[in-house]
Amino acid sequence: MTAQFMQGNTACAEGALVAGCRFFAGYPITPSSEIAEILSYRLPALGGKFIQMEDEIASLAAVIGASVGGMKAMTATSGPGFSLMQENIGYAAMTEIPCVIVNVQRTGPSTGLPTSPAQGDVMQSRWGTHGDHPIIVLSPSSVMETFRLTVTAFNFSEKYRTPVILLMDEVVAHMREKVDLPAPEQVEVVDRIQTNVPPEWYFPYEETASDVPPLVSFGQGFRYHITGLFHDVRGFPTERLDEIQPWLKRVFAKINNNLSDILMYEEEDTRGARTVVLAYGSTARSARHAVRLARARRHKAGFCKLLTIWPFPEEAVERLAHTAKRIVVPEMNLGQLALEVERVAGRHKVRRVNRADGEMITPQQILEAIEG
Amino acid sequence: MVKGTTKAPGRYEIRLAGEGGQGLILAGVILAEAAAIYDGKNAAQTQSYGPEARGGASKSEVVISEGEIDYPKVIEADLLLAMSQEACDKYYHNLKRDGILIVDSVNVSRVPTSKAYRVPITRLAEEATGRRLVANVVSLGVIVGLTGIVSRQAIEAAVSARAPRGTKELNLRALEAGFRAAEELKAQVTG
Repeated sequence: MTAQFMQGNTACAEGALVAGCRFFAGYPITPSSEIAEILSYRLPALGGKFIQMEDEIASLAAVIGASVGGMKAMTATSGPGFSLMQENIGYAAMTEIPCVIVNVQRTGPSTGLPTSPAQGDVMQSRWGTHGDHPIIVLSPSSVMETFRLTVTAFNFSEKYRTPVILLMDEVVAHMREKVDLPAPEQVEVVDRIQTNVPPEWYFPYEETASDVPPLVSFGQGFRYHITGLFHDVRGFPTERLDEIQPWLKRVFAKINNNLSDILMYEEEDTRGARTVVLAYGSTARSARHAVRLARARRHKAGFCKLLTIWPFPEEAVERLAHTAKRIVVPEMNLGQLALEVERVAGRHKVRRVNRADGEMITPQQILEAIEG
Repeated sequence: MVKGTTKAPGRYEIRLAGEGGQGLILAGVILAEAAAIYDGKNAAQTQSYGPEARGGASKSEVVISEGEIDYPKVIEADLLLAMSQEACDKYYHNLKRDGILIVDSVNVSRVPTSKAYRVPITRLAEEATGRRLVANVVSLGVIVGLTGIVSRQAIEAAVSARAPRGTKELNLRALEAGFRAAEELKAQVTG
């Protein structure tokens, strides 16, 4: 492929198509609208489906339905729409139906600053829906990473039968940069596990060695039930104590037993660093800029960028905290992921850098935290 | 406080500011695309605007660099294009000491420095093409003509590639009008 000058939201749409997404249902909202706009003409051209729904609750419901019908499906939204989707995120987690939810963060709460960036949905993306549930949340910091992580979001979602959230922010979504996208055949694409048993032997929630039971699409002659109630291996409601907690433990195990696959982060100059700046999303760009300046001024500073923010990469942060004197956590919120870093590293080691006024954190703000 | 600039060397920062509807975001995209695709440098383009469909403050920022671009926004502008009085008042303070200020003299009457380039950009657009709509492309001609931050071939190619069907000639005429204005300004300074 040749170099293109591309926006983050475009890269997300292109990534979804390469990953095999053929269904999108959504409701346009700044700063995510370009994703829906692009897919509204790209999907039909590829034989896929695009539906503009009446709201965000219905959007995710349609996505879940499409996924049970065998399609890779996605929706994209921002703060207020993400709040509306929480109910069905729980439904997808409970029913173990793969789907990808893109949330381009803008400043909230409520209608907030519709056109300005934020990272205020970090905790919502983890615990926004009620009840214990596993989730995977990925956060890109560049246009290229947005492409790559959108594909990964689909792959994880299919591989682990779980909703995956791509947590972008307005800067990454609207920023344009030069990218050289790989040819589709060079991109690793994972499809959901199919069964080789006859219909009468198929149990959609059976315990398997991988903790991820195969998912057969509706309409293929396999009769089974799907419900948001706790359910047995056939999918029918249960109140049996020996089925409820084992189910919960299995859906947590399918994520927790695969952390080496799921947790993605990048480090630069962290070996021997006194101060490590740990960041994610567009703030990671300010952080890397600041670390480079700090090193030019002979500070022993290192940089760590989280691409997977949930599950939280505890062991990596523990290791960084073991060698570094201080961990600086810049975020476009008043302190969310910093709570996790503090939990792992200890409060005394963490210095927060926060900003929640709709502007990016500047390298200077972070440099002051490194030097101060 | 951290003393000195936090800007990396070899980084050129451009801020295009005015009102929604003046095409400043598209101008930023074209300029950045000229640098990144046609001149083979690195460029990042970001934007900031209000929720209004038209009107309201709008700005587009372009960072051009030979090296990698981490922070994609303007730290201290090398060049400010102000297409409205509000934009000029708001962003002049963030222009580098020896930075370049270009104002659309049709819209900006109070200019904070005698070293500003005052160009009747909107009028030039109307004179060259009959349409004020292409003032953004005229401004690109002025910027590239004055700074050479991208090559003339690159900006012509980028404008042509982004021009809607049937408007390529019109847009190139607008670009040419901007280049001519820049030549005249340079002649005045040296003359």
